[in-house]
Amino acid sequence: MISYTFDFSFLLTTWPAFMRGAWQTILLAGSSIAFGFVLALVCAIIRSGKSKLAAGLVGAYVEVIRNTPLLVQIFIVYFGLPSLGLRLSAETAAVIALVINTGAYGSEIIRAGIDSIAKGQIEAAECLGLNKLQIYWHIVLIPAVERVYPALSSQFVLLMLSSSITSQISAQELTAEANMIQSETFRSFEVYLIVAAVYLALSVLFRVVLWAIGEVAFVRRRKLRT
Amino acid sequence: MSVNEAAGTRPRNEAVPGAEPIIVVDNVSKSFGPLQVLHGVSLTIERGTMVAIVGRSGSGKSTLLRCMNALDETNGGTIKVCGNAVAMSDRASVKRLRTDVGMVFQSYNLFPHLTVLRNITLALTVVQKKARVEAEKIARDVLALVGLADKAESYPEQLSGGQAQRVAIARSLALSPKVLLFDEVTSALDPELTGEVLKVMEDLARQGMTMVLVTHEMAFARRLADIVVFMHQGKVWEAGPPAEIFADPKTPELRQFLSSGL
Ligand SMILES: Nc1ncnc2c1ncn2[C@@H]1O[C@H](COP(=O)(O)OP(=O)(O)O)[C@@H](O)[C@H]1O
Ligand SMILES: [Mg+2]
Repeated sequence: MISYTFDFSFLLTTWPAFMRGAWQTILLAGSSIAFGFVLALVCAIIRSGKSKLAAGLVGAYVEVIRNTPLLVQIFIVYFGLPSLGLRLSAETAAVIALVINTGAYGSEIIRAGIDSIAKGQIEAAECLGLNKLQIYWHIVLIPAVERVYPALSSQFVLLMLSSSITSQISAQELTAEANMIQSETFRSFEVYLIVAAVYLALSVLFRVVLWAIGEVAFVRRRKLRT
Repeated sequence: MSVNEAAGTRPRNEAVPGAEPIIVVDNVSKSFGPLQVLHGVSLTIERGTMVAIVGRSGSGKSTLLRCMNALDETNGGTIKVCGNAVAMSDRASVKRLRTDVGMVFQSYNLFPHLTVLRNITLALTVVQKKARVEAEKIARDVLALVGLADKAESYPEQLSGGQAQRVAIARSLALSPKVLLFDEVTSALDPELTGEVLKVMEDLARQGMTMVLVTHEMAFARRLADIVVFMHQGKVWEAGPPAEIFADPKTPELRQFLSSGL
């Protein structure tokens, strides 16, 4: 009979470290999401654009990222770039790797949205006299992002959870803090249960914030909800 | 012609004497790859008239309309709209064309993410650079014209097909075009909804709007068109006033088309 006595008393002294970790994860994931979204948008635009060469290059980038492990991508940025003379802190390397990763996945999602815009929409806008740029912005990009926003949000929450892997290069974030606490208290089970609970709370937080952003950005979603 | 029919006929819009025609299509050809769709089509649309283009599916009606509005490039011949030659490659000419011509499609093509009001004000603010207040006033005016003043804040998906098509017409009207092109605008509608759209088009015709419509609504064309154009195999096969076209078809193809139950 296996018996295990839970002991959470270490929380009394370590909770500030958990909170600090949570905050660091918010910063890390938040900035990765913001830059990652911009990169995804740019990549999606290029990929559905006219230049075959540019679209091909972006396509190659997307496929490489989607078919290699995130951890390896992080290692390449963190250990690889310095040999090119670029010295990065662990946190900067983590953000760069996460941005590159999200840019690839996000661009696929946004591209699906762009592809879903019917040709008739564009022709109607042409007939109304909108120029190419105006059509692209008002008739293609905005409704495309609106359409895929739920999928994009899920991708961003996933990114936040994946950011725990950057503890492998000792970027300061929640999992790294937990590893530290664990090595001091030896209460692995309890520590990681707590970490799981904090991640769960962060997921809820990210979902709520992303939802709120969608409510503000896409009025139709708000108005048509039944 | 029976008395009843005469009562329903609108007074013919006399082409303004000496005025240039709104659209002159001269010997236009068009191919999609190896498939030649238009074979030397010539057609003149006078100011203030309604021209109905009829014909079998695949006879090139939509393509002709799309060429008139620079949505498809012609391979030969010329099209002049309000005196200006239409050329897809010439930006300035296309830009001018857009201010002269409005187009309504079978599938409405309303912008689903925008309210009815914003669908209409978009081009007014973005293209014509009108202030929001002014654009919204224009939008509400044209919405009232098509009987949908109460739908300004709705989204397209909340409209019936007939309402959506009337909004699409209003959206074109808001830009005060000199001519409106309609491509089978009632074909996607349930039969009980076509009436409300045709009514709007009839009102426009009576107000003297120049209109070119591709249609299967023979009764409507017969009653309101000034000229009916029968297209067959990419050519203008027969054209003339509805009384002639419907009562006295000259070609076996038109006779057959008319008797095929449309
Ligand atoms: N974009 C296109 N590419 C290739 N073929 C086309 C295209 N548009 C129309 N066609 C062909 O041109 C012919 C005429 O089409 P259309 O003008 O749409 O006829 P209608 O409107 O009279 O039914 C048809 O055979 C159609 O298949
Ligand atoms: Mg057609």
